Amino acid sequence: MLSRTAENLYWIARYMERAEKTARLLEVGARIALMPGGIDGYRNEWDALLRAAGSAEGFHAKYGDAVQRNIESYLFFDTDNSSSIASCIGRARENGRVVRTALTTQVWDALNTAFQELRELQRTPRSELPLSHMVDWTLRHCAQVRGAIEATQLRNDNWDFLHLGYFLERGDNTARLLDVKYFVLLPRLDLVGSGLDNYQWTTLLRALSAHRAFHWAYGGDVTAHKIAHFLILNPQCPRSLRTCAQGMSDHLDRLARGYQRSSVVQTRARTLLGELAEMTVEDVFEEGLHEFLTRYIAEVGAIGRLVGEVYLSGDIR
Amino acid sequence: MDAFFNEMFDGGQVRAPYARLGDWTGSMPDELRHLKQAEAEALFRRIGITFAVYGEGGDPDRLIPFDMFPRVFTQAEWRRLERGILQRTRALNAFLADVYDRGEIIRAGRIPADLVHRNEAFEPAVMGIRPPRGVYSHIVGIDIVRTGPDDFFVLEDNCRTPSGVSYMLENREIMMRLFPALFRENRIEPVDGYSEALRRTLASVAPRKCDREPTIVILTPGPLNSAYYEHSFLADLMGVELVEGQDLFVEGEFVWMRTTRGPQKVDVIYRRVDDHFIDPLCFRADSMLGVAGLMDVYRSGGVTIASAPGAGVADDKAVYCFVPEMIRFYLGEEPVLNNVPTWQCGKRDDLKYVLDNLADLVVKEVHGSGGYGMLVGPKATAQQVASFRERLLANPANYIAQPTLSLSTCPTFVEEGVAPRHVDLRPYCLVGEQIKLVPGGLTRVALTEGSLVVNSSQGGGVKDTWVLAE
Repeated sequence: MLSRTAENLYWIARYMERAEKTARLLEVGARIALMPGGIDGYRNEWDALLRAAGSAEGFHAKYGDAVQRNIESYLFFDTDNSSSIASCIGRARENGRVVRTALTTQVWDALNTAFQELRELQRTPRSELPLSHMVDWTLRHCAQVRGAIEATQLRNDNWDFLHLGYFLERGDNTARLLDVKYFVLLPRLDLVGSGLDNYQWTTLLRALSAHRAFHWAYGGDVTAHKIAHFLILNPQCPRSLRTCAQGMSDHLDRLARGYQRSSVVQTRARTLLGELAEMTVEDVFEEGLHEFLTRYIAEVGAIGRLVGEVYLSGDIR
Repeated sequence: MDAFFNEMFDGGQVRAPYARLGDWTGSMPDELRHLKQAEAEALFRRIGITFAVYGEGGDPDRLIPFDMFPRVFTQAEWRRLERGILQRTRALNAFLADVYDRGEIIRAGRIPADLVHRNEAFEPAVMGIRPPRGVYSHIVGIDIVRTGPDDFFVLEDNCRTPSGVSYMLENREIMMRLFPALFRENRIEPVDGYSEALRRTLASVAPRKCDREPTIVILTPGPLNSAYYEHSFLADLMGVELVEGQDLFVEGEFVWMRTTRGPQKVDVIYRRVDDHFIDPLCFRADSMLGVAGLMDVYRSGGVTIASAPGAGVADDKAVYCFVPEMIRFYLGEEPVLNNVPTWQCGKRDDLKYVLDNLADLVVKEVHGSGGYGMLVGPKATAQQVASFRERLLANPANYIAQPTLSLSTCPTFVEEGVAPRHVDLRPYCLVGEQIKLVPGGLTRVALTEGSLVVNSSQGGGVKDTWVLAE
């Protein structure tokens, strides 16, 4: 496969996953806005969400204070914001257009339909667009693209590069979301599990669409310990860091087998997976959740760079 | 209005090829027609067939309007066209092989040396290179207009990278999806063998140094090119990589592409990039679209470039006048398809005639394409004619003139129902080990009433083109 094609596939997946994350953040924000509570707490929440979306600086530069409607516009429609849903879907589709030959008709159709409908939404008056509708719309189209990939793409190296994109982006998103929630809202460890933060943690689970799954998996009270285990170490949770590391490692192994050549990035991903598989929640808290997450984010970044060097530059001999 | 040949109606009679289409439109109420039209448009958009118009800005994802009324040829009509097209294609390739070799046609005084050697499209850099099987132009698109039941004229030849074949294929797919009954009632020759024929054609011209199943790629300028959809569509149908210049590099005696497995050797490049951009070392140094050193590999037989650099000299509008002469010179035959009478403004007598009759003629730039920079005399205002006259006088050799042809019309769906609109035809001829013509082509239609300009960049649309089986 052309290296450039692999790169486009990888970015299609990353952008779609990012669009999905932004939609979930919006949903959580809107939920919180409906809750009683001090103005400050509310503002704080939106701020945390903007940070998790990686859009805080851009937003404040453009709008100043966090006003819900502006945040919605910024996170959904604003193409100045590279993480907005419109930007992500537009870029995913542009990447798809470039590599039409590497996608099945159904996958292209799903990407293109999302883009065409997005243009419709952009022309629709905002008063006719409730946030819940926009969020559902995004989640549905992200699911359609993923489903089309699942159902129709050949299980060849295309498949691996698409999934590398998904797992890398997803792992990064989960880690950042955890980090922002933790760092911004609960900087002191002794507050964790104090009961004050239950509501905050629950919204975090909602942001990851893992609210019900969590209860199925653990039952009982929501504690920081359980949540950290669920989102970091539990191989059943589809968004846990462990699951994402497993996904990266599996697809890198498949590539190495297919190309009959092992790679440094494969080794790196395996090492990360090995570490997560053996870790306990106590280890994480001992290292410091923030410190641990920072290290994880850097490691995922390094794996991303190595994927680029090994497979996407095409100069290897 | 009856001055124009109507392909469906001869007086009050429906001509044979269209016999079954009268009932079809008759039994289609307006609502159904609008529904089908909307469905067609949605299909085109979903497939992603869009067309960017050069220099117009606006929506880069514009659709070319698709007209659902098919254009139909009988088997007998098509056989004659086919004979003419194959003949012309042979002559054009023989001409290219000759002018880049001994230049016999010039020595014999049948075509002026200056016209060839001083032509912008002539590439001294490929002098003496003999491409595999002696083929220079592997895909030849010949634009044909009709003025009567038996009167076909060649409007121009396209020997470099004729575009539009994706529309031929997709128009058919969409018609079959929208109106399956029509295809049961009429016996229509299929066109979907085109991509396989193209792949075989390209494989058959693999370079000398290729000793295995050749690796074929399509070289595109990139997604911003107006024909990008077509490039990716053809790559997909043939199962070959669609590459940009940045994906290829030259090392040793070969061209390689960057893949996830490392470099892979490339044998045949179907390029959709203009000559001047394919190798910055040989042609334009500022080109970002090409591959440095490509021409050296080409010269030494390490890669085939289709169409060959320099092939454009055969489709130049001034050289066009000599194609009938080429047919006689190389093939010893009389042309089956005639040229449109053409005045070369570089000649003093011709220029005088053109200036005297400017309001009745169509004047085109020699190197222009896409309907840009041309004057359609009878449709132009006095002011447009006057300003064109100045441009013409400033550089007469840059222009040719032709009579305003009475282009045939084909029934077309318009706002008020069905009405005749002018059409032309571009069939696609493939040249490799064999010469092949798929039974069909792209029919372009001027959607504006009375208009004779069919170019998609000027508001033209497209139709499915049928060749009926015996």
